[in-house]
Amino acid sequence: MSLRLEHVTYTYSPGSVYETHALKDVSLEIPSGQFLGVIGHTGSGKSTLIQHFNGLMRPTVGTVYYKGEDIWQEGYSLKRLRSQVGLVFQYPEHQLFEADVLSDVCFGPKNQGCSKEEAEERAVRALQQTGLKEKYYKSSPFELSGGQKRRVAIAGVLAMEPEVLILDEPTAGLDPKGRDEILDQIAWLHTERNITVILVSHSMEDIARYVDRILVMNKGEKAFDGKPEAVFSHYRELEEIGLAAPQITYIMQALRKAGIPADTSAITVKEAKESILKALGRTKHD
Amino acid sequence: MIRDITIGQFYPADSILHRLDPRVKFIGTFLFLISLFVADSFWGYALATVFLAAAIGLSKVPVKFMLKGLKPLFIILLITVLFNLFLMPGEVLWSAGFLKITREGVVQAVKIGIRLIYLVIGSSIMTLTTTPNQLTDGMEKILAPLNKIKVPVHEISMMMSIALRFIPILMEETDKIMKAQIARGADFESGNIIQRAKSMVPLLVPLFISAFRRADDLAMAMEARCYHGGDNRTQMKPLVYHRRDYAAYVISVLYLGADIALRVFL
Repeated sequence: MSLRLEHVTYTYSPGSVYETHALKDVSLEIPSGQFLGVIGHTGSGKSTLIQHFNGLMRPTVGTVYYKGEDIWQEGYSLKRLRSQVGLVFQYPEHQLFEADVLSDVCFGPKNQGCSKEEAEERAVRALQQTGLKEKYYKSSPFELSGGQKRRVAIAGVLAMEPEVLILDEPTAGLDPKGRDEILDQIAWLHTERNITVILVSHSMEDIARYVDRILVMNKGEKAFDGKPEAVFSHYRELEEIGLAAPQITYIMQALRKAGIPADTSAITVKEAKESILKALGRTKHD
Repeated sequence: MIRDITIGQFYPADSILHRLDPRVKFIGTFLFLISLFVADSFWGYALATVFLAAAIGLSKVPVKFMLKGLKPLFIILLITVLFNLFLMPGEVLWSAGFLKITREGVVQAVKIGIRLIYLVIGSSIMTLTTTPNQLTDGMEKILAPLNKIKVPVHEISMMMSIALRFIPILMEETDKIMKAQIARGADFESGNIIQRAKSMVPLLVPLFISAFRRADDLAMAMEARCYHGGDNRTQMKPLVYHRRDYAAYVISVLYLGADIALRVFL
């Protein structure tokens, strides 16, 4: 097990008129190697939740454990924790600051105490993993396109070689092609490097086919937590909290209602196609 | 941390002070500030204290919230008080080496201390009970006569309201970038002054870039809606005086009058 939250509550501006509970009694366990999707509406507490994972926010009530250790106990090194639990914020390209791409990606490893050579080695590896072409390594990050900037920013966290990678809406503001490329790259990292990945999104469609587990947040509380199929079967409740299941789920549910025994747990178009063909009693090659 | 600055922050509540016309609050605050420099006797300060306490009471803003605004000014306050305490010539009460405390120094330090604190609280009351938009609207109206001598009053007040509007946004942005860099292992707290200044680069560069980007976007959005300055521009909610506003004027003027009378006759 790698990350565990126990009865975590977080209150913004306690004792003032602005007091709001961003998280309410959330308990959660994320085993290492899992690909978790966190979904919720704006203001559902998902961004607050992930900032608890690497100690950027301290729970008002409750405890956060990493590898069984309470991260807020006396003497626990938050700096070390943050190099093991990498967090990529929303619009990470807004944090780029160096004169060229490579030095920006080196920032993280250098803070970890790596030598110049080692930092550069790691930076190059991270940039390769995010699929940025080598000809851009020496150009200014501000000359790149939106998608390229985002790759640089994600590489900046990857270069720290974290065991857990958290990404807050990594595809926000990207076109469909850029979105798929980034998500595929993340999925590849998950299998290749065997790291735990926590992906925050507000779109079921985007993450449904990648994740092992989905956590749905609503008004600071856990609404659903489980395998994607299991969560999507609650599509009516999901709609009530302003979210939607993937379109495939709706089609399959409608087919089932119409008397065709389609498999409602299908998520991708491919799965759906196979299950519909099967239900209609045909094989793929008909 | 940076959120502690309460100057320029609006505190939503439903009180008589919140409903007053911003022009009244502006002029009232100005009169109060003058009164602080007129007051020189114990009774003068007592009157100011009563006036301030009444205003705090009427505003329905928690006192704790107001005192928080003093925190960032603590150092300035301390330096001013210490300078007055030690550098005032006069009847020596205590001395050690080149430092000496005089009776006049103590009196002056206390006076300056009270003045500064009241000054900050007084202006905080205004900003806490008035939205930035109201504030600049009021300012524009008060300064409108200057238009005649070609002072671009509308443009100035528009710049002010934009600047005020951007303070919370930039503060949030700073917070976000800071967290993002901390997540990448940045350290903003330890090290000597040079290291610390250097460690601000990863914060300041993105912050400036984002400020420019936002300014650019805003200018574009304003132009897209045909903004062209203040000529012939009307307001959706023009400021109108009510009875309570006149009453507030009368009270403020009476207060300043009483303060001056105390100074002259006591």
